[in-house]
Amino acid sequence: MGLVIKNAIIVNNDKIWDRPQDILCEDGKIVKIVSSINAGGHETVDAKGKKVLPGLIDIHVHLRQPGREDKETIETGSKAAVKGGFTTIMCMPNTNPVIDNPMTVEYIMHEANRVGLCHVYPIGSITKAQKDEELTDMAELKAAGCIAFSDDGKSVLNSRLFRLAMEYAKMLDVLIIEHCQDPLLTSGGVMNEGAVSTRVGLKGDPGIAETVTVGRDIEIARYLDARVHLAHMSLKRSCELIRWAKSQGVKVTAEACPHHFSLTDEACASFDTSTKVNPPLRAREDVQAIKEAIADGTIDCIVTDHAPHTKEDKEVGFDGAPFGLIGLETSLGLVIKELVKPEIINLPKMVDKMSTAPAKVIGLKSKGIIKEGFDADITIIDENKEWTVAKEGFVSKSKNSPFIGWKLSGQVECTICNGKVVYKV
Amino acid sequence: MEWKRKHLLGLEELSKQEIQLILETATSFKEVSFRDIKKVPALRGKTVVTLFFEASTRTRVSFELAAKRLSADTLNIAINTSSTSKGETLLDTAKNIEAMNVDAMVVRHGLSGSPFILAQGLNCSVINAGDGCREHPTQALLDMFTLKEKFGHLEGLKIALVGDILHSRVARSNIWGLTKLGAQVTVCGPATLMPRGIEQMGVGVDYDLKRVLKNSDAVIALRLQKERQEAKFLPSLREYSRLFGINQDKLSEGSSNLIVMHPGPTNRGVELSAEVADGKQSVILEQVTNGVAVRMAVLYLVLGTKEEVVI
Repeated sequence: MGLVIKNAIIVNNDKIWDRPQDILCEDGKIVKIVSSINAGGHETVDAKGKKVLPGLIDIHVHLRQPGREDKETIETGSKAAVKGGFTTIMCMPNTNPVIDNPMTVEYIMHEANRVGLCHVYPIGSITKAQKDEELTDMAELKAAGCIAFSDDGKSVLNSRLFRLAMEYAKMLDVLIIEHCQDPLLTSGGVMNEGAVSTRVGLKGDPGIAETVTVGRDIEIARYLDARVHLAHMSLKRSCELIRWAKSQGVKVTAEACPHHFSLTDEACASFDTSTKVNPPLRAREDVQAIKEAIADGTIDCIVTDHAPHTKEDKEVGFDGAPFGLIGLETSLGLVIKELVKPEIINLPKMVDKMSTAPAKVIGLKSKGIIKEGFDADITIIDENKEWTVAKEGFVSKSKNSPFIGWKLSGQVECTICNGKVVYKV
Repeated sequence: MEWKRKHLLGLEELSKQEIQLILETATSFKEVSFRDIKKVPALRGKTVVTLFFEASTRTRVSFELAAKRLSADTLNIAINTSSTSKGETLLDTAKNIEAMNVDAMVVRHGLSGSPFILAQGLNCSVINAGDGCREHPTQALLDMFTLKEKFGHLEGLKIALVGDILHSRVARSNIWGLTKLGAQVTVCGPATLMPRGIEQMGVGVDYDLKRVLKNSDAVIALRLQKERQEAKFLPSLREYSRLFGINQDKLSEGSSNLIVMHPGPTNRGVELSAEVADGKQSVILEQVTNGVAVRMAVLYLVLGTKEEVVI
């Protein structure tokens, strides 16, 4: 038995279709898109009045399993993902143990399969135990299922090692994702360095900690003619450097997170530790610049950097609290509220940033577009529906969101992964 | 005007009128400490706890004497921060103490913003005795009280804050308070210890100490923590002292009416030469005396007693 989506107004990255279509999904694939399909014998989903998008893809998520199952598990993280409209997520390797060996990769994929809600691709670490000393066995990790590598949570500070990683990854045709931050410059900073950190007496993390690393990575990528993907860009200056690099033909791609275009560092003055995130919330001009960079293509993907933390871990004061906030369940609503409604981007461009481009960056060739022959990963949304973020509403195990109480636009009505309904509002 | 706040967390959120009310109340309390019987019954039956997560002698003793001179019962708790890092959060600790029915908690903690965590989670009054690099409101209030005593007013006074501005909660509270009351504040110190965007707090920045002294009515030298040199903010203490230490020679650039203040404890020979610290322009010990009066005023106001001030 297949699945038929009736009356689908399809939004791909190139356009919104004029007329509603019926979509037939069988064996995990989209097999037919025509104006009318006899649904006899198939499960049906009526999308009348809604928009039908290729399943959202988030290439930057922390699932915490193995190691910190009190914060999140593959199961609760998958639930949060499909509730947020994501059918594919990639999880970062800063778990315990670190994803630097095939066994951990297999464990995560096995558990994700058992849960069976969305596709989960583990990201391998660039260096063993993320210690910035030796490269991981990337070929073996690739064979186990890793299609990207990152030491996310920190930079590969050793520039020579980073160069070697990029060369090796180029040979294997896997993506290097870099967390750009020079820890010597950050030097224990807990929020953006600027007038607000000065006023509230919190230790500042200067933007140059990010931009000098962005500059370094662009230079290494240019020199090697290798690909590099820069994670969670937060600064105006980073966007300028990337824009320039792209104009020179450097193979750099970049991502940004909803919190970096929805909040400024002024939010940290509340001392609410859910505003403590790495890289930190920045100044107004940076927020504006990130929006522009998303609109003009400098930033390729929108990701959440979903980083769950328990109440106990976060409730220790601003200096001591871990960095990170949860984002899977609020991402789409923030994108529509902050970017689509103010007409910074339109719906097809949103689809590009949240599905088509991430699929392309990561090399998932049958995802990111609603098209016959592509994977049956589909997200149905009502982009005009407003809802209020409530603490009790989160299905993530952690509730560390600075957006609690915010009114967002755009709700996920139904998420379909592998041709099966995995979430319905 | 009437005092309406339950807590004193900083001077940032206070109005000019509220600061003036504290200073006026302190004026009436100052005399109590000069009596033979140094006690008034204003807070009889109230319990004031000092909860200090950082070492302090002066501030803690000053609060304790202030509470005692108002007839409150006092309890002092000093907590080694390492024991709180073993699971019990700051709020847990404070809630346990509050459960024994205390009326006010005077808290010093190394985390900026920690008094907000407590004020949100506790029912008793919270008085900030210094939080991280953010605020030390009663120190600034006693500085302002001392300046007002010396000059009769704060409006139009030119005040210099000299030293480690980056890490100084005393500087921040003084900037809030002094600028609200119409004083003109200049900060002076090594560029590596000058926080980014400080001018947005309404102060001038000048790296030339002699010029600053020449143009000031009073100078508040800030304590330099020895760790700052270890963290490479400074080439050496000797070099610091050479550029930003106040000695008689540099002091003579200014008016003979210029007064020298310091929140203590002083590193003699670093921030101030012994000669200056003990000299006739120094009002350091008067600051300490005034600290008790100011803290009496703060305790009295936040504990919201409706009785007439009995003096």
